Order: sequence, then structure tokens, then C-alpha cells
Amino acid sequence: MNFYLRTLRRDLRIHLRGLSEVINPLVFFVVVISLFPLGLGPSPQQLSEVAPGVIWVAALLATLMAMDLMFRDDFSDGSLEQVVVSGQPLLVFVFAKVTAHWLISGLPLVLLVPAVGLVMFVDGDRLQAMVVTLLLVSPTLSLLGAIGAALTVSLARGGLLVSILVLPLYVPVLVLATAMVQAAGSEADTAGYLYWLLAALLASITLAPLAIAAGLRLAVDR
Amino acid sequence: MLRASGLSCERDRRQLFSALDVSLDAGQLVQVTGRNGSGKTTLLKVLSGLYTEFEGEVAWSIDRPPLYLGHSPGVNPRLTVTENLNWLCHLQDTDPAAGDLDDVLSVLGMAGYQDTLCHNLSEGQRKRVNLARFLLCENACWIMDEPFSSIDTAGLRYLEDRMQGHLEQGGGIILTSHQRPMFAVDIQQVALSS
Amino acid sequence: MLKWFHRLGSPKTFFELSAKWHPWLLALSMLSLTSGIIWALLFVPPDYQQGNSVRIMYIHVPAAILAQSGYMMMAGAAAVFLIWRMKLADMAVAAIAPLGAAMTFLALVTGAIWGKPTWGTWWVWDARLTSTLVLFFLYVGMIALRSALDRQATAGRACAILALVGVVNLPIIKYSVEWWFTLHQPASFSLTEKPAMPAEMWMPLLFMVIAYYLFFVTALLSRLRNEILNRERDTEWVRKWVAAQ
Repeated sequence: MNFYLRTLRRDLRIHLRGLSEVINPLVFFVVVISLFPLGLGPSPQQLSEVAPGVIWVAALLATLMAMDLMFRDDFSDGSLEQVVVSGQPLLVFVFAKVTAHWLISGLPLVLLVPAVGLVMFVDGDRLQAMVVTLLLVSPTLSLLGAIGAALTVSLARGGLLVSILVLPLYVPVLVLATAMVQAAGSEADTAGYLYWLLAALLASITLAPLAIAAGLRLAVDR
Repeated sequence: MLRASGLSCERDRRQLFSALDVSLDAGQLVQVTGRNGSGKTTLLKVLSGLYTEFEGEVAWSIDRPPLYLGHSPGVNPRLTVTENLNWLCHLQDTDPAAGDLDDVLSVLGMAGYQDTLCHNLSEGQRKRVNLARFLLCENACWIMDEPFSSIDTAGLRYLEDRMQGHLEQGGGIILTSHQRPMFAVDIQQVALSS
Repeated sequence: MLKWFHRLGSPKTFFELSAKWHPWLLALSMLSLTSGIIWALLFVPPDYQQGNSVRIMYIHVPAAILAQSGYMMMAGAAAVFLIWRMKLADMAVAAIAPLGAAMTFLALVTGAIWGKPTWGTWWVWDARLTSTLVLFFLYVGMIALRSALDRQATAGRACAILALVGVVNLPIIKYSVEWWFTLHQPASFSLTEKPAMPAEMWMPLLFMVIAYYLFFVTALLSRLRNEILNRERDTEWVRKWVAAQ
């Protein structure tokens, strides 16, 4: 537990001291969403209809933009090597890194949703559903993205490759989450969706770290 | 401490070494020699558990993993010297007292740098931050890849001093270096030909 | 059994054994493909709903089946590689990816061609085609990762991990896409939801599926043999073999 907290604290310190890197993906999120009215036309009705999908896809992309922050620095300055040699549990290290990443990437996105919801004319029930789904799913996004980040960390310019590898894996949660938002908008029962999203989260918490740790071990194996 | 036998390793279609045996006992120093590119770093990585594409067996009989110094110092530029050292030592289940940290840093010529961001340190200084934990943690075996490079003469003397002390206390050292370490009594040389 | 498995895993043994099987497989697959296509094009009665355009099904459906099977095979080889460190398994993972991608692409293109006379459009976002598209992206990702890590010794293991991650996600993705489709288009006709086929229609389909499998294995063998020669080019036996050609 101590190792988890110490690593988490270290990571947060590092991220907060390079705040511009943290803010860039969030700006990207807002900019991308703002392009849609320009591309589709300003009609509130049309925008409101496409809003859940647009906001969700932008959130996926913004999460991927922030993936580089997770392991690249540790890999290049030699810290990752030290962690592997030290014999400390790599899974705990992975959990700490993903938690830190979620705190600086996923959570801020959730906090931005009401604002972008406003400009895309997403109202009460649907907006609430958007916040809830993104809150539940963003850890999954960080976890799955981390798999791609770990497998490509040794590459100099792995950013785009991570997106190609990870976006197909995001399809199920994207489908589930947007469906829940639509259901919320039409007053249908959303409890079932919540359970599924929770199941997805638990499954990724259990399985993804194994792949992430394996990828990290590979990265220092050179 | 260490019994490695039958080590064979191939990289980029070159056989770096084959059927190599390495052993380390308490108080011993193993110096790996060879030209650049002969596989010295790879051997050290094999022994420290980082590199796994090899044949043979590596058997450690110490209670803590070896301390490893590689080409990258493992120091994050956005953290201060103290923060980096504390975390690196925490990896070894050691929490150094502030006083010990100050002492070690001044011994290595880094006094007063406690709160400097490692971003502002030179390569050699960052290396010394990593070296500091060798003096703070109680691991029996040290694996060091070119520990003497990027260190000035004064730092060199202190380092050799401490390494000798470590050996006298029953520790073991495996290192690569171009010069023969004069301070050690029990030296074993492992030569890698290219 | 296990001994045979391990013996087969040696690239040299495999190369020698496959040299004997390959010509037969090639002949058999070419024969079955040709006869299957002729059967499908000339001897199958036209569908009461779709007319003659149903014949493209005999190209599309086996391709889609092979696309999926291919990924399973790749994941199986990946697991073998990670567990037993068998080099041949890694070569199999590398060899299957482009073949599977090609099959998936064929399925997509023929699916589109099938769609035109049936729907009037070149593409439709139904469950089957959409999940085939995602499968295509998964294959492309595998190829991209391997080519990006090309120089590194760990490329094999990284791709193997990716294959296993992909195979775990594949059923989840398929299921979620199918569910997504029913959500958005509950009452429309789907290419996959067909009424029971009469024997004169599913027999040639089965035949084509078998023919595709034969072709896939033949192509895989060729690629594997190439890969073996490439990776083992510094060994004695390869030098001798090349000299003897």
C-alpha cells in the first residue's frame, strides 16, 4: 500500500510540475468538440442529437492524447529499469501510474463535460448520464490505453500507433455509454447499462494490468 | 552470492558470449572487460534480471535484489534530488533519514543540492544522485555499468573509498570499467571477446 | 504427443516436413477453390429474394469466417509462443497477420459488393460488416506494431501480448456491435439473419469454406517457410539448402 501511495504521490508531483502537458489534452477535447458545429451547422437540434457520440469520441481521443504521459518519461530516464530490478511488485506500480493518469486526464474530462454539454445543447437527464458514464468509464479508458502505451513505450514516436491499437478496444464501452445516454434522454431505465459499465470497469481492472506489466517488462528487456 | 552458469547470449545475429560462468562471493569484485559493443552491458543486464533473452542459469542467494546502475541514472528531471533519492531508496525498502541523506550528498560533492530540480543537474551529477543510494541502502550486491565515467577526480576518490568499504563489509560488486579497480583486493576479471 | 509437438516446433524440422505437404495442399486448395467457384456461379439456383447477387455470398461468407478463425489461430500461436517460447509460433503470428488482414479486407469488399444490389448502397453499418471492420483494424494494429518494433528482439512478445489482448476483446466487441445494431435498427433485414438455407445452397457454402481453409493453410505454410529461411539465414542447414537450389 505504501509503495502504491508513494508512487502515486511521485507521479502526481511530476505531472503537476509540468502542467502544460496535462492541460493540452483537455484543450484538445474542447477544440475538437467545437469543430463539430463548424462542420455540421449551428442548429441546436442537430447538435443536441449528435452530442453524446461527438463528446464521447472526443473524450476517447483526448485520453489517448494523454497516454504518452504515462510511461514514456520513466522509460527514458531509467526509472522504469530501477522499478523492474528492485523486485517491487510491478502490478502495484501499474495501478499507481494508472490512478495518477486518471486523476490528471479522466477526472478533468468528466469535470469539463457540463461545459461542453452546454455548447452542444445537451440537457438535464442526458447530461447527467454523460457525466456518470464518463466517470465510470474513464478508468477503463486509462487502463486499456495503458496497454497500448506499455507495448509502445520503447518507440520514439509511438503516439499515433497507440491510438490505432487501442481504439478498437474502446468500441464496446463507447457503444454502451452512448446507448445509456440516449436511454436517459428518452426516460428509459438506465440501471442495466450501469451494471454493464461497472462490469467492464471491473474486468479491465482485473485483466488490463497483467498486459500492462508484461509490456513494461518487455520495454526494459533490451 | 551469485552463481551464473552456461550463459549464452545472441544479439543482432552476433554471439556475444557463450557458456559463460560468473560467480560472486562476499567481499569479491567482478570486473567485466571487453571492447565497446562486446556485450558487457548485456551481461550486467542478464545478471540483474532485466534482460531475459539468454540461455543458462542465474542463481542469486542474497536476501535483497542487487542495486543496479545503468546508463540512465533513473532520476526524473522534474523532481528534486531529495525527492528522487527518497523514492529510489523506497524501491529498496529503505527510508533514509534526512541527516544521512545530507551526509551522503556532501561526501559525493553534492552538498546543498537537496532541493535542486534534477533538470538543472549535469549528467554526471544525476549519476551521483543514483550513486548516493548505494551508500544509503543496505543491499549486498552492487551491479554498476561504467560507474567511474562522468565523475570528477574528487568524486572518484570518494567512490572508490566507499566501494572498498562495501567490499570489506562483505558486500559484492560487479562492474564494467576500462581501468582495473586498484582498491579491491579480491578481483575476478571476466573478459568478453568480440 | 507433446514430444511430437516440440519436435515440430523446431524451424528446421518444420521446414523439411512442410516441404512434403506443401505441393499437395497447393493442388488441393486450387482444385477445391476452382470447383467451388464454378459450383457457386453456375450450378446454384438463384435466391428467391436476391436473385443472382446472392452468389457473392460464396466469396464473402467464407472470407468472413476465415478472418475470424485467422485471428483465433494467431492468438493460439501467440499463447504457444509466450508459454513455450517456441520460435516457430512467433513466426506463425507474424505470418498470419497479413493473411488474416487480407481475408478481412476481402470480406469487407465483397460485403460491400453484395450490399449494392441488395441495398442500393456500397456500405451499410450492420452488425456483421461493422464488426468485420473492427476486426480489420485489429489486424492492421498487429501489423503496425510489428513493423514499428521491427528492430527489437521483443517485437515477438509484444505482438503476442497484443494478440491475446485482442482475442479477449474480440467476442466482447462482436457482442457489443451486434447489440448496438439491434438498438438502432431493430426491424431491418440483416445480411446475417437469414432464413434456413436449403441444402443446395449451404452445401456449396460449406465446400467453399473448406476450400478457403485449405487455401489459408497453404498460404500460411508458404509464408512460414519464407519466414524460417529469413530468420534462420545464418544457420548451417539454411546455407546448405540455399546452395542446393
